[in-house]
Amino acid sequence: MALLHTVNKSPFESSSFDTCLGYAKDGSTILFIEDGVYAATTGHSVADKIKNASGVSFAVLGPDLQARGLESKLADGIKVVDYDGFVNLVAEHDSVQSWL
Amino acid sequence: MAIKKFMYINRKAPYGTIYALESLEVVLIGAAFDQDVSLAFIGDGVYQLVKGQNTQAIGQKNFSPTYAALGDYDVNKIYVEKESLEERGLTLYDLQHLVWEDEDEDWAEKDSIRLVSRSELADVIDEQDVILSF
Amino acid sequence: MKFSIQINEGPYQHQASDTAYQFTKAALAAGHEIFRVFFYHDGVNNATRLAVPPQDDRNIGKLWQELGKENNLDMVVCIAAAQRRGMMDADEAKRQGLDTDNIAAAFRISGLGQLIEAGINSDRLVVFGA
Repeated sequence: MALLHTVNKSPFESSSFDTCLGYAKDGSTILFIEDGVYAATTGHSVADKIKNASGVSFAVLGPDLQARGLESKLADGIKVVDYDGFVNLVAEHDSVQSWL
Repeated sequence: MAIKKFMYINRKAPYGTIYALESLEVVLIGAAFDQDVSLAFIGDGVYQLVKGQNTQAIGQKNFSPTYAALGDYDVNKIYVEKESLEERGLTLYDLQHLVWEDEDEDWAEKDSIRLVSRSELADVIDEQDVILSF
Repeated sequence: MKFSIQINEGPYQHQASDTAYQFTKAALAAGHEIFRVFFYHDGVNNATRLAVPPQDDRNIGKLWQELGKENNLDMVVCIAAAQRRGMMDADEAKRQGLDTDNIAAAFRISGLGQLIEAGINSDRLVVFGA
């Protein structure tokens, strides 16, 4: 079973991303949406956690990244998706856990 | 229709927000649907199960006794994440003792709470068909 | 594929309803079926017919109503959560002896069982919240 995890809170304000990472098994995907997209940028400690999480795929919701002016700060290894891509991720995984 | 595995993931403390109470309301209604139900308490969600809650002075209803009734609704797989308890300076003894009666074993009383590590719980979550997050 | 959507937050205060709306729209455009959209917690507030946001802002409630009508969506507001928060349709207002109702016609009020049923009948349930 492969799970899609969504994280919608800034990693600097909430432990949701850390908790999610602890639950993300090999083959799962973590999608950053809403304020969760702040995790997907470069130059901070969270970026290393993403880099070191082997076996897990990362994606970010592009419209949320653009809205927050951070497209140019996107970290390597994170796939940008639009809402269509979000829908595809949900369809491709067996179930979805939203780390609210 | 095949029975699905439903998991309710509770990650919020009670009273400060309404999520814990309204999540419990879903669990109670959901119990009537004869699905394979389990509950997980992660992060601040573990505070929902702390015993000795007394809400009298804050003017809210103390809904914590309802957790003890879950066994009667055949909701008896209650996973509590060990790391979350430890991070908060809690042990199993700080939580309510939740039990259910096993009708296949002459109504023997059994513990509902399963203390599991994060990685064990990750495996359980991975098997679920429907995850309701609160 | 058959999707159901759960929305746990009201409009404006949190982005959850906006994201759920965009997701639902994209899922429909991709040819997926939306079995049900279930509004829970403060999410029931999305169903008000009385919101008047500034003209240069989106009207989230109206967007849902239009999407619902165009696609014949089953948009369900949890009755227990709605009653707590003063969200009433005409029937419910009458039953409670209230002088008005405030839920737009595109939504229907029903019980929590509708959420469980959505989980049972859908291939995927996606929860949006805070």
